[in-house]
Amino acid sequence: MNDHGISLAASDLTSVSTGAGLAVDRRHLAPSPAVAPRHVTTAIQGAEHAIESPTDPVMRVRGLKKSYRRGVHEIPVLGGVDLEIGSGEFLSIVGQSGCGKSTLLHLLGTLDKPDEGEIHFEGHRIDNLDPAGCDVLRNKHFGMIFQFYHLLPELNALQNVLTPLMISNGLISYRRHRRRFRRRAMELLEMVGLSHRLRHKPRELSGGEMQRAAIARALIANPRVLLADEPTGNLDKTTGDEIIRILRRLNREQNLTIVMVTHDAAIADSADRQVCLVEGHVVER
Amino acid sequence: MYKYLLCWRYLRSRYIALASIVSVMLGVATMIVVNGVMAGFSHEMEDRMHEVLSDISFQSRSSDGFPNAEWHMEQIQRVAGQHIAGMTPTVNTPAMLSFKLNGEFVNRQVHLIGVDEKTYHTVGDFGKYLQHPENRRRLSFELREGGYDERDHQAGPEAPLRVQMRRAGWARRRDMASLAPPPAQPAPDKANPFQTGRSPTVSDVVEGTTFDPAKEQHTGIVLGIALSSYHDPQGREGFFVLPGDDVSLVIPGAGIPGIDSNKIGLRETCTVIDFYESKMSEYDSSFVFVPIKELQRMRGMTIIPKVNSIQIQLKEGVELDMVRDQLRRDFPPQRYLIQTWRDKQGPLLAAVRMETAILNLLLFLIIAVAGFGILAIFYMIVVEKTRDIGILKSLGASSHGIMGIFLSYGLGLGLLGAGSGMALGLLFIYYINEIADFLGWLTGRPLFDPTIYYFQHIPTIVDPLTVAWVVGGAALIAIVASIMPARRAARLHPVEALRYE
Repeated sequence: MNDHGISLAASDLTSVSTGAGLAVDRRHLAPSPAVAPRHVTTAIQGAEHAIESPTDPVMRVRGLKKSYRRGVHEIPVLGGVDLEIGSGEFLSIVGQSGCGKSTLLHLLGTLDKPDEGEIHFEGHRIDNLDPAGCDVLRNKHFGMIFQFYHLLPELNALQNVLTPLMISNGLISYRRHRRRFRRRAMELLEMVGLSHRLRHKPRELSGGEMQRAAIARALIANPRVLLADEPTGNLDKTTGDEIIRILRRLNREQNLTIVMVTHDAAIADSADRQVCLVEGHVVER
Repeated sequence: MYKYLLCWRYLRSRYIALASIVSVMLGVATMIVVNGVMAGFSHEMEDRMHEVLSDISFQSRSSDGFPNAEWHMEQIQRVAGQHIAGMTPTVNTPAMLSFKLNGEFVNRQVHLIGVDEKTYHTVGDFGKYLQHPENRRRLSFELREGGYDERDHQAGPEAPLRVQMRRAGWARRRDMASLAPPPAQPAPDKANPFQTGRSPTVSDVVEGTTFDPAKEQHTGIVLGIALSSYHDPQGREGFFVLPGDDVSLVIPGAGIPGIDSNKIGLRETCTVIDFYESKMSEYDSSFVFVPIKELQRMRGMTIIPKVNSIQIQLKEGVELDMVRDQLRRDFPPQRYLIQTWRDKQGPLLAAVRMETAILNLLLFLIIAVAGFGILAIFYMIVVEKTRDIGILKSLGASSHGIMGIFLSYGLGLGLLGAGSGMALGLLFIYYINEIADFLGWLTGRPLFDPTIYYFQHIPTIVDPLTVAWVVGGAALIAIVASIMPARRAARLHPVEALRYE
């Protein structure tokens, strides 16, 4: 994979996401009321003028607390996290295993609910959204990648990439847009350098290839924020570096906000900004 | 969209789910086959019964019967004449049939029916069941020279021949007479109640002349075929007595004028002139037909002839119950019992219905068991797919969507199982006789023995509504069984599901 190829593909992608892609973004911003309850809709509409001042943080976290119960014992994981994530920022959160990095990321991605504190996304509170609102957020505004890739084993790479669009579209509307969706998925797979593996099932792919497919899947719905949970944790150094290079390119060329959690300081260094999670609190480095 | 894709993928890649498909399939196929065969049998049976029995029987409550059959028939005509196609009076009485076999008497309890040769064919299909072609056309109680059917005319060409029937008729009678030394007519013994003396019969010549069995016959009688037939181990049919042989009838003496009521009964010698074969073993093994005039004479009703019942045949398409109720209104119920053929066979028909219902219940329970199999297999699949469910949720799939995957999976399995079960069941019914033959060949023992069931082939009827119910019910059970696992899948917490190893 040479750099030129990537940049070509990536610039293609930029044109997609800034031209037609931005229009798609706007469309995503006003999801149909049938999918999202009213307050989500108003939240997103409110987000329209939040976008106008780009210096505003995309996500703001205030006093976030989370603890797990194990039997009668309560184990505090997050003890009041405050964090701001600026638009277009590449932030890495480092910390030891079990310090709550992943928990924080899950809370940001509305996969879990905090005990206390607030999370704001583009100026609107999202930690108390109802399940349907969370589903829309996860589907359209957040992209997630994981340490263990988490591809669906029954589907091939292309279908895995298309999954978020399959989730947001019914059978009829998916069939209507199928061609456009597939073209977009192919572009993304080409961008991550996987265009020769479209029809391969995850078990036929290497770890790096699976992670690249996962990145393509995370990007298919043009998300505002990419949440990466130890994206290189299961890969050797060379492959991991390649993944990081793709993420940096995305951040630089598409101004994509990326929050990456890792325990690897070398990987964390590639981010614009690093925060450290120590005993449930965020410390800037 | 992803629901259908994943559901389809699971359907294709989870072979363990095939086990539940197979159990649903077998349940559905069995239900369809059992219903088809039961419906076929009961339909055939009803047909037979209806052919044997007249539409409506107008019976006397007393065993003596009522006098003046003509008057009764006129009254019936007056009440419901426009619906009636034919009527005939009959006399019914229990009797004992006895014949000599290897020098010993064989006694059979029979139902003796006196019929009017001229009108009996207007009700029911009596004639159709006789063994002589001429008798089938026009019944006569005179013994025929020969020409009785060797081949069962109601069975297919593959039925074994009844070789003994070749000699039936006058030929048989002459053979038997030549074998036995001409017996001296026993002098009437007043002390013996069975020897009250042979009353004169139509064929008898002048009192006092000797009876020549090679040239003369007693009262003609038609025997139910099973009274005389037996099957050898090879399944061939043999006969104890044949048309041309003499048998004795013992009629209960009670009520017969001139007979001491302490005496057991009255013995009468008759000559078998034909067999009656309705293929309903109940009738074939108990019915004996004699001319009504002769029976009235035997029972001492020569001065005031009485009949027990009047059989009524209705015109095509007339409501049986309607005519029955009309008649019931006009004739006092304490004296007359008026029944349709369905009323008469009510208990048997009800028993068949009951059997079908119970079988259906049991088989449906089998499908329900298959439902529990689906539940267990689904639960396993949900556990196996926990991580995938977490992934889908992290990509924004709703709980309803996840539930939809497994519900449509259940529906898919159910429809597949029920559909293939329906195909299998219908194919089985279509080829049921071939399958029975094959199984018979395989086990060396015929599975379906026409000599026992009196049908040459297994009768089947497929009712589309029943099939639809069975298939729909099976699919429904599959869905119901998948509700619980689907709910579990929907409730999984995404973070825990993602962490699941």
